[in-house]
Amino acid sequence: MICRILLADLCDKKNSLSRYEFVNPIREILERSGFPCKICHYTEVTDNVLASYDKMILCGTALKDNAYMGQIDAFYWLKDLNKPTLGICAGMQVISAFFGGSIVQQPAIGLNRIEIIRSSPLLGKPRQIEGYHLHNFGATLPEGFLRLAGRNESPEAFQRCTLPVYGIMFHPEVRNRWILERFASL
Amino acid sequence: MKLGVLFSGGKDSVFACWRAREKNDIACLITVVSQNADSYMFHTPNIRCTRLQAEAMEIPLLSWPTRGIKELELEDLMGSMAAARDQYGIQGVVTGAIESVYQAVRVQRICRCLDLWCFNPLWQINQIDYLRQLLSDGFRVIISGVYAYPFEASWLGKELTEERIQSLARLQEKYRINPSGEGGELETFVLDGPLFKRKIEILKASQSYANYRGNFVIEEMRLVEK
Repeated sequence: MICRILLADLCDKKNSLSRYEFVNPIREILERSGFPCKICHYTEVTDNVLASYDKMILCGTALKDNAYMGQIDAFYWLKDLNKPTLGICAGMQVISAFFGGSIVQQPAIGLNRIEIIRSSPLLGKPRQIEGYHLHNFGATLPEGFLRLAGRNESPEAFQRCTLPVYGIMFHPEVRNRWILERFASL
Repeated sequence: MKLGVLFSGGKDSVFACWRAREKNDIACLITVVSQNADSYMFHTPNIRCTRLQAEAMEIPLLSWPTRGIKELELEDLMGSMAAARDQYGIQGVVTGAIESVYQAVRVQRICRCLDLWCFNPLWQINQIDYLRQLLSDGFRVIISGVYAYPFEASWLGKELTEERIQSLARLQEKYRINPSGEGGELETFVLDGPLFKRKIEILKASQSYANYRGNFVIEEMRLVEK
C-alpha cells in the first residue's frame, strides 16, 4: 500500500507566501519519490484529518514567523499520535514544547556541520553531515527523548524514546533530501 | 504586508514578484546596480533596463549603486534594503533565489539585521517545471547572457520556448547545468508577464560573444500596449 503523508503547514497564515518556501518543497520531494502528500494548515489538523494518513511532517517557518509558539495547545493531536512523525525546525520546537521541553534562543543561518551521535532509522549511523539552518530558536531535549545529533543544549535531532517521532533543526529539503525519503520509507 | 522585491529584471525576480503580489502589497522593486560585470550577488547585462519594467508594472523602483566588490557589495545591499524600509515602509523582502545557498544566506542575514521578513517563493522549485510554468503563465523571457559551456552565441537574445526548455533539460542531463541558469550559466530579461500593464519592445540591441561567454545588451526599447 502506498504511504500517504500529511504535511502540517506551521506558517502564521493559511496559504501564506512562506508556504512556497517551507512546505511546497517538502511535498515536491516526497511526491517525486512516489509518496502522495496533502498540505493542511496546523490550525485545521484534527484527529479526523490525521486518520486518513500514515505519516505526519510538521514543516518549518520563516525566520521571523514565531506565531506557532503561542499556539502549542493547537497541536493537541501530538499527544496520542502513534504514526511516524517528523518535526522540521519550527516543527521540532513544537514537539519539544508539547512534550515538556523548552524553545530557547539559538540563532543559526547557513550551512553547518552536524554531528550524528546515535544510530537511528531516520539518520543512520553516527557520522558528520552538513545541514542548512534557518532559525532564531532551538529546542531542548524533553524527558524521554533521545539525542540523535548535536551536543549543544538544544540538539540538532532527537527521537521520542523508541517511537518513530523525530525532530531535526536543519532543513532537509536543502542538500539532505535523503532524510525525507528515508522518513517516508520508515 | 508591504514588501520590496530584490529585482534584477530576470525571470526569477519577476516571477517572485508575481507570486508575492498574490496576497501582499509590493511597495517597491529594489535594483542594486553593480559596476562589476562578474558580481557574485547581482545580475548585470541589462540591469539599467529595470526602470522600464518597473514602469510597465507600475511599481516604484529603488535603484541603488554598488561597486560590486565581493562581500563589500553586501553592505550596499543592506543599504538598499534599509532605504526601501525607510522610504516605502516595507516589512519584508522577496527574492528569486532557487538553489543558491550563497545568495539566500546572505539576504536572510541582512533581513535579520534589519528586522525584515524574508521570502523566497521559488526556493527549491523544480527548474524545468518552473520554466514551463513561466510560459503557461504568460511570461515572455529572452536569454540576455550566457556564461558557460556549451552555450553558443545562438542562444543570445532568443526567447524562452518549449523547444528551448527541452534543450535546457538535455543540457542539464548531459552537463549538469542549472536549467534556470542560477549557477551563473545564463541570464534572462523579461519583456512581458501577468503583472505588466504594457509590454516591452526591443528596438535596438547589440551582442558580444567569445569562449562560451556572451551578452545581449538592450540599447533601445519602449513600452507598447498589450
